[in-house]
Amino acid sequence: MSSKERQTGMSVIVRTTARLTVGFILLYGIYILSHGHVSPGGGFAGGVIIALSFINLMLAYGKDTALSKLPKAVTSFFENLGALILLSIALLGFTGGYFFLNFIAKGEPFHLFSAGTIPLLNLAISLKVGAGIFAIFVAFVLLKYEPEKNKKE
Amino acid sequence: MVELYILLIFMIIGAVIALEAKDLLSSVVALGAVGLGLSMTFIILKAPDVAITQLVVETLALIILIRATLKTDLPFSISGRWFFNTIVVVSFVATFLTVAAKCLKDLPVFGSPLMRVSATYIKEGLLQTGATNVVASIILDYRAFDTLCEATVLFTAVVGVMSIVRRTGRKKENQVIEENDEQ
Repeated sequence: MSSKERQTGMSVIVRTTARLTVGFILLYGIYILSHGHVSPGGGFAGGVIIALSFINLMLAYGKDTALSKLPKAVTSFFENLGALILLSIALLGFTGGYFFLNFIAKGEPFHLFSAGTIPLLNLAISLKVGAGIFAIFVAFVLLKYEPEKNKKE
Repeated sequence: MVELYILLIFMIIGAVIALEAKDLLSSVVALGAVGLGLSMTFIILKAPDVAITQLVVETLALIILIRATLKTDLPFSISGRWFFNTIVVVSFVATFLTVAAKCLKDLPVFGSPLMRVSATYIKEGLLQTGATNVVASIILDYRAFDTLCEATVLFTAVVGVMSIVRRTGRKKENQVIEENDEQ
């Protein structure tokens, strides 16, 4: 922090590495979640990796940059959207019979568009998990200084 | 099977280092090594899904731990009752090991009796759901209700954390927020 201009975040090495790798981490998370029904992986791990890319950004560049890329309102919107998609897919199963019915055509195995509702459920879970974990992380970052202030009062 | 025991010993050593380290940062790094060893154990036991989840969650939880606890001073309470503490720990571990040795003797070999439900999942999973990953077909089709409840648990956790933060966040609006994290 020797320079005059306001510069939050870590050193230049960390910032450069984060700038170069954040996109790849995000892409890998999207790959893991979209191929969850074909290969190992799935919605939970993919969502956590996507959240991890934004957390990397926040660790390297400070919380203002990361919160400008992904504001808190957007995070809570995605969290609720994931829960709603999950529940609505489950409820749409009632059109054919029962809760969580796999009502879309199965398709051919080993293809990306196969397995009926499973990729959609993966997407919903990844939205929910990623947004939820990012929200918890933001909460921890914002929470930190309160106990000391309460002691002084 | 030998590499499994090597990994287990590695994890035990990592856990002991994590407990005994004076520095908080090195303790957290040792805990990450334990998580990495657990992930490799899952790969050896042929569970790549669990291994990916374990690795990712452990890494993320580790970063959260570092970020949330590194700057705060945790008081170390080292009481003088080391003799009593040692006796309690040794007796507890001895009891646990004896009972575990008696219990685990009757355990079947790893993965040997294939239950009827799991046999059905392995045989019929691809035909009934169309997913080539059996784990995905179980957690999102056969047992999707469990996944819904799990998502509910996570939602409740986020709501709880957010409701705790919200009170302090309101208090902060009147004050000038000092930007003294990350230096």
